[in-house]
Amino acid sequence: MAIVTLRGPLQKLVGDRDNRQVDGATVDELIHELERTNPPLEGWILDETGVIRKHINVFVNGERVKQDAPVGADDKIEILPAISGG
Amino acid sequence: MTTLLVGTRKGLFVLDGLPGSRFEVVGRAFVGEAVDYAMRDARTGRVFASVTSSFWGPRIWFADDPAGEWQPASGVSLPRGGNRALKRIWVITAGEDDATMYAGGDPGVLFESRDSGATWELNRTLWEHPTRPQWQSDSGGLSVHSIATWPGEPDRLAIAISAAGVWLTDDRGTTWRHGNRGIVPDYVPEEGRASALNLCVHHIERSPARPERLFMQFHGGVYRSDDAGESWTDIAAGLPSDFGFPVGLDPADPDSAYVIPVSTADRLTPAGRVGVWETRDAGSTWTERTDGLPQSDAYLSILRQSFAQTGDGRSLELYFGATSGDIFGSADAGTSWFCVATRLPSVASVRVS
Repeated sequence: MAIVTLRGPLQKLVGDRDNRQVDGATVDELIHELERTNPPLEGWILDETGVIRKHINVFVNGERVKQDAPVGADDKIEILPAISGG
Repeated sequence: MTTLLVGTRKGLFVLDGLPGSRFEVVGRAFVGEAVDYAMRDARTGRVFASVTSSFWGPRIWFADDPAGEWQPASGVSLPRGGNRALKRIWVITAGEDDATMYAGGDPGVLFESRDSGATWELNRTLWEHPTRPQWQSDSGGLSVHSIATWPGEPDRLAIAISAAGVWLTDDRGTTWRHGNRGIVPDYVPEEGRASALNLCVHHIERSPARPERLFMQFHGGVYRSDDAGESWTDIAAGLPSDFGFPVGLDPADPDSAYVIPVSTADRLTPAGRVGVWETRDAGSTWTERTDGLPQSDAYLSILRQSFAQTGDGRSLELYFGATSGDIFGSADAGTSWFCVATRLPSVASVRVS
């Protein structure tokens, strides 16, 4: 299982525990599983169409990846808001 | 003391003050986030904010105190696995039952809560309405932005959608019918006007003193209905422009309404002057109120949710905000105005707490 790190409001939604192990062969599978096992997260990362929200970045082992990227066991996943300004 | 909840592009601002004097910022929440609407439900004291996070999407939050802990409401979303996502919640309204609330948003959606706003459910009949493919977004989206309850009759609602006209229900949203007769969309060729559904209503308000009467600011037109929104009469004659966004009224006087005309070309207060126009005869005549308002070099954009009121009759207080970050108020039913605040972020909504 990959290790998912949550920060900020996502961490607060699930009780301030920042790391959790989540199953999934791709980023898409992993986030769906993360939402399924942590219902307060539903709708925060994926919109209703199942797409990662526009200004959310997902990193696998430090590299920003797309929703269909593969995820391996023991990979480190971080879900972060993108850079913003203005 | 009056408290205003001001939704801005950069968060919620809570302002306190005595009518007639400048107000003080006494609280902030959702710093840096777009707060499209905020209101307090007088029945429960609970405060609600519609927040559209550029990161985490649109959400309704509630708190007992704006300075306290805010909780996200649940159920404010479209069906998962579909091809549409909720974009924004534009309005939150207390219902007529003890615990009922309504929220409207983009894309043309209405939500209902039966537990004072903690959990919400999409109105499926409106969502699945067979005419929906004919509904049209305007530049601000496809928005349910006005929800007019009927005092004492919780099953009756009028809502307005930009741009899909007025919709009426007598069975709490189980069925819906149009309430568009008499509205003339001059942006549609003449032959198609009678059947047009892309009616860009900017705002409607129902008179609590005579609930069958509503006032409407249209995208080029000001209207009154005397039959609960079934049909509409043009009352724009006498106004400098029939374009604008908000409508206000005096709850004690069903013949009263307030509009803020703007230029059709740029949606700004015309000629650099700010004026609130008042009728006390249901739209037969209009009077401009400018005392205390900027009369030169003031090009303001005033959005539909940025006009608020409290009290009635001679003690009616009125407030409006602009995208310039200015807020103005009146403590005498619009006869004279004062500056409430300046240099706030762009104002999206103003409500009296």
